[in-house]
Amino acid sequence: MNATTGTVRPAPARKESAPDRPESMDMYRKMLLIRRFEERAEEAYGRGKIGGFLHLYIGEEAIAVGAMAALRPDDDVITHYRDHGYVLARGVDPKAIMAELYGKSTGVSKGKGGSMHLADLERHVWGGYAIVGGHVPMAAGLALANQYRNEPRVVACFMGEGATNIGAFFAGLNMAAVWKVPMIAIVENNRYGMGTPVERASAVVEIHQKAAAFGIPGLRIDGNDLLAVRDAVREAADAARAGGGPRLLEMTTYRLRGHSMGDPQRYRTKEEVEEAKPRDPILRWRKVLLETGAAKEDELEGIAEEIEAVVEESIRFAEESPDPDPSALCADVLAEESHGPENVS
Amino acid sequence: MALKTYRDAVREALREEMARDPNVIILGEEVGVWGGTYAVTRGLHEEFGAKRVIDTPIAEAAIVGAAVGAAMGGLRPVAELMTVNFSLVAMDQIVNSAAKIRYMFGGQAKVPLVIRTPAGWGQLAATHSQFFEAWFAHVPGLTVVMPATPYDAKGLLKSAIRSENPVMFIEHFRLYGVKGEVPDGEYTLPIGVSEVKRAGKDVTIVTYSRMLHTSLAAAETLSKDGIECEVVDLRTLRPLDMRAVYESVKKTHRALIVEEDWTTLGMGAEIAARIGRDRFDDLDAPVERLGQVEVPMPYAKNLEEMMFPDEKLVIDRVKTMLA
Repeated sequence: MNATTGTVRPAPARKESAPDRPESMDMYRKMLLIRRFEERAEEAYGRGKIGGFLHLYIGEEAIAVGAMAALRPDDDVITHYRDHGYVLARGVDPKAIMAELYGKSTGVSKGKGGSMHLADLERHVWGGYAIVGGHVPMAAGLALANQYRNEPRVVACFMGEGATNIGAFFAGLNMAAVWKVPMIAIVENNRYGMGTPVERASAVVEIHQKAAAFGIPGLRIDGNDLLAVRDAVREAADAARAGGGPRLLEMTTYRLRGHSMGDPQRYRTKEEVEEAKPRDPILRWRKVLLETGAAKEDELEGIAEEIEAVVEESIRFAEESPDPDPSALCADVLAEESHGPENVS
Repeated sequence: MALKTYRDAVREALREEMARDPNVIILGEEVGVWGGTYAVTRGLHEEFGAKRVIDTPIAEAAIVGAAVGAAMGGLRPVAELMTVNFSLVAMDQIVNSAAKIRYMFGGQAKVPLVIRTPAGWGQLAATHSQFFEAWFAHVPGLTVVMPATPYDAKGLLKSAIRSENPVMFIEHFRLYGVKGEVPDGEYTLPIGVSEVKRAGKDVTIVTYSRMLHTSLAAAETLSKDGIECEVVDLRTLRPLDMRAVYESVKKTHRALIVEEDWTTLGMGAEIAARIGRDRFDDLDAPVERLGQVEVPMPYAKNLEEMMFPDEKLVIDRVKTMLA
């Protein structure tokens, strides 16, 4: 069965859900920023400037951008390793993100975390975690802290559909549901966990149905439909803020690149990828903007040029930034307090 | 000074820290209404309420993961894992998350978390009678505390709760009933400082947790034969404080490490390597080690009793070292 068919929730037709022009353009700008940023990162990886793993988000941009548009700036965000999109959508400086990918001292995590471990606590981005599903219990804990202090903040926990087959997902969401903490589990179903299609990895391919295991609402949203994403996240956030507990949102989407760089993608045909391209969320939103008259062609071209310049600047910044000072190697392992005189050798 | 049990000392530390800081919460299996499997948290639920003493599902990955998230989010959680055996279920959260978050995000986040968990045994068979302190002490980013006395347990737990770092606080369920002097007033003990628990001149015994008591008993018996052992209690396994050990070896020229975990690649191996490197010229004999027999724990009582160093084994080994 095709995982993107089934009970897909249509984009809400309610008039009040239509974004105003500045928001519309901002969302377009952010999706495009993620796309161009990653295309340049891909190139830089090819030139050996970026090391390790690089997991691209290309094709899934509507989810990060739609979700961030729905969340308040002080809502908490915690993510998995395919994390560039969320952090960019959150408004973290692209220069600092690119520098992190380059392993430079000016990176968001000072070059210690790399592509998979982006964090910006000032913007309530609590980090990307690379052990699949391991961050789900942490999201419950963050939400517990918010609930404990009566702070009306919601935790959005992003993960891929592959993460919904691991123990920590079940243990973490169960706990969140028992505690009724303000948390939204946002599952991006891009059909593949690395190279394994969801049908071969998950007994239940309609991931939103897994919400039944926790007695919480589960919804399947077309994750390439920007407004559907935004409205579903807003609704879930409102419910969580009102004490309604967690919710599971499955966002169906398609990963237009491999799992990570160097993935030969033998698990799918070129035709399948080609077939998915017209559903590209950026093309779709662009079409909406033009057809509704919200924007004109040359205006969108202008945004594209503007984004090119921002991304170019991020590359330049990353290239020119210094490597971490050798003294950084042993910094930040522990808080410097409470221990006796250090004599570990 | 009042005589109190190790259990009561741990509970006192929890109660005092909860009263002092509203951000301190406790979470774990049966810690609330039941009062803890080993009755350590008894009464705290009544005193502080369900909001601060939280019963969790039997799901260790979620207990530790949620505690890590809560700690990042500004609370000071004390997570209880019913026994250290179950820490295996939470190992990803402990090693990949708790220990690394500060470093991995360039110092942006802190994880002021305490994981309290007892080790021990008592006809519980192979999966419930384990000691993993060397595994945790292996990991940069974790602090590992393993107190042997009520006094140390209270003072060190209070420091652990106040620490900005994730701390593995490993108790011992055969020590919970052990009594010792605990002063009534407020006190804390510095993490990362070992202590000479008995002065001597002939052999240095380096130990921690329950084996401190076995070692002290052996030292008393040996004393009747005119052999005076100096017993050093490490108290903290990471950071590992070797100063008291080195001072002692300088005096005795012999070191025996007594641990309750398996010996191979354990704490004793690390301690022996450090003594060998830093105090080679002081040694009159090879550094010796005693630990658990290297098999999974058997259930049968007679076999189980053969598993750990006892007073006699320590005495024999000390005498061999002096022969």
